[in-house]
Amino acid sequence: MKFIAIIIILAFSVSSFGNTITVGKDKSITSISKGVALAKNGDTVKVYPGFYREGRITVTKQITLIGINFPVIDGQKKFENLVVSGSNIKIMGFHFIDSKHSSSEDYSAINIIDATNIIIENNKITNAHFGIHIANSTFCTVKGNDIVGQAVSEQSAGNGIHIWKSSHAFITNNHIQGHRDGIYFEFVTDSEIRNNKSENNIRYGLHFMFSHNNYYAYNTFRKNGAGVAVMYTHHVRMEHNIFEQNWGTASYAILLKDITDSWIINNQFISNTIGIFMEGCNRIDVKKNIFSKNGWAMKVQANCVDNVITNNNFKSNTFDISTNGTMVSSSFEYNYWDKYEGYDLNKDGIGDITYHPVSMYSMIIEQNPNALILLRSFMVTLLDKAEKALPTLTPENLVDRKPKMKPFQL
Amino acid sequence: MMKLPRYVLYDILRSKIIIAYTLFLFIVSLSMFQMEEDSSKAMLSLMNIILIVLPLVSLIFTTIHYYNSYEFIELMLSQPLSRKRILLSEFAGVALSLLSSFMIGVGIPVLLYSASETGFALLFTGASLTLVFTSIAFLASVISRDKAKGIGFALLLWFYFTLIYDGLVLLILFSFSDYPLEKFTLLLSALNPVDLGRIFIMLKMDVSALMGYTGALYKDFFGSGAGLLYTIGIMTLWIIIPLWIAVRKFNKKDL
Repeated sequence: MKFIAIIIILAFSVSSFGNTITVGKDKSITSISKGVALAKNGDTVKVYPGFYREGRITVTKQITLIGINFPVIDGQKKFENLVVSGSNIKIMGFHFIDSKHSSSEDYSAINIIDATNIIIENNKITNAHFGIHIANSTFCTVKGNDIVGQAVSEQSAGNGIHIWKSSHAFITNNHIQGHRDGIYFEFVTDSEIRNNKSENNIRYGLHFMFSHNNYYAYNTFRKNGAGVAVMYTHHVRMEHNIFEQNWGTASYAILLKDITDSWIINNQFISNTIGIFMEGCNRIDVKKNIFSKNGWAMKVQANCVDNVITNNNFKSNTFDISTNGTMVSSSFEYNYWDKYEGYDLNKDGIGDITYHPVSMYSMIIEQNPNALILLRSFMVTLLDKAEKALPTLTPENLVDRKPKMKPFQL
Repeated sequence: MMKLPRYVLYDILRSKIIIAYTLFLFIVSLSMFQMEEDSSKAMLSLMNIILIVLPLVSLIFTTIHYYNSYEFIELMLSQPLSRKRILLSEFAGVALSLLSSFMIGVGIPVLLYSASETGFALLFTGASLTLVFTSIAFLASVISRDKAKGIGFALLLWFYFTLIYDGLVLLILFSFSDYPLEKFTLLLSALNPVDLGRIFIMLKMDVSALMGYTGALYKDFFGSGAGLLYTIGIMTLWIIIPLWIAVRKFNKKDL
């Protein structure tokens, strides 16, 4: 009697923590859908390795779905693999393959909609249309996922991590490649994007619009078709990110369009066609960044106001700064320019004569791109020297009055 | 067969100028690699030397050498030797000495410090420009009998190829900026060996800048195998054609 009582008590206590339901090909429950249907709030569904072809799996209860050794959930190119809606749901350790593709609907491997407190962790997603699609949700964590797509063209491809109209998302340690945009945000606020790697996507590594108060740190964006583009947003913080090898006819390490009150600090821009392209940007702090081996380190259009570009290192760029007009309302101070030829008599580390980062030739190219054929020719050097002595074409007030003699150290 | 070029070569080596030139190139390239911590910046300065100094030295040295050895040429003409062979031997001697001083002066430092694709492009361009301008200088000196006139003409050519030509290209690009000029600029680049060499090196050096806009087109063209063949082909034409005209003129000339 006593023994049975203990068992009953134990069973009761376990159920208060949640039961564990095991799903496996050699277990009593052989399908994930059935396991999920049997589970109650607070339960854990453990899925053993195998190949699960069940069409669309829907999770709406507060459960934890754990895959052991990456069981494969196959969408057979006909279904979305998993739909999550509700709250307090955790999905871990699955391998999602072949979700349905479409050029009009946003099908995805993991579709999270109208949800809160969702954790998606350590999954692999291969050949999905959209990798993880989150809509109208709050407090979602996407962590340590490996998302690999096989996108062919922009029209037919989907994004790696796509978030729409959400807040407080936390995207970390993911690796995304081969999608249209690596990470795509629209109307997403108060979120953090940290330590992700987005590479070889056919359009942008990171793309966001109307996504205010977000924080991007320690991410790497490499070799994306058009780099990173961010638009119509205020209060964005981008720190310690690495942007490299974004090469192409219209490729930018970052394209900033209508971004205001933001911070770009401690980032590295290496070997991009254009490091930062700014258009209609106001009050951005560009501080302590390293620009090296870029075609153009920065292109600041004349419609940018009150930006502060300070304490950056500009090294081995073909052109440091270029602009499209004579109006300049941004300030450049305390930067290190490797092309600076001035001197420092009082030895305070600040050059005594001002530096003009816009060369005459970069203005010529701005007007006539074909003139690129004359790059590094003797005549161009002469023109640049003459212009430095007597500035006529280059904007007079785009100058660094306090150029540093030595680069800052990180 | 090789007797005549050998005499020319000994003659040049005796004058010590070529040794001074080799030393100059060697010291300049070495100090550039020593001074700049970033070897790509040193390559950039070296490129400017190759594009400006190399043609100038090749032109001046060749013209002066030609006029100085005029009497030797006259003496040789009294021998049973064809005019063509005499001129070609002169060319071979001068070209070989200039080429070897370039290869020692610039080649060794480049191979030591930056044996990259850019380095080889630099050496290729330098070698071709040396040959091209030696050949052009022969044409200039064969045309005029007067030494001052010949050197003046050579200087004018140098000025044209390094500076005036680019100015003209810029002028054309701006006057016809409403038209698609991408293909046309490719053609223009072929008409000046200095420009062609510069673009060839630049494509290896400024990859990121060139990828933008029109740069992609140049990259596609010059970066491909066909582009390499094109560059080599045009450079060879620039060596052969002036020399050929010079030989023809020399054959008919009343010495």
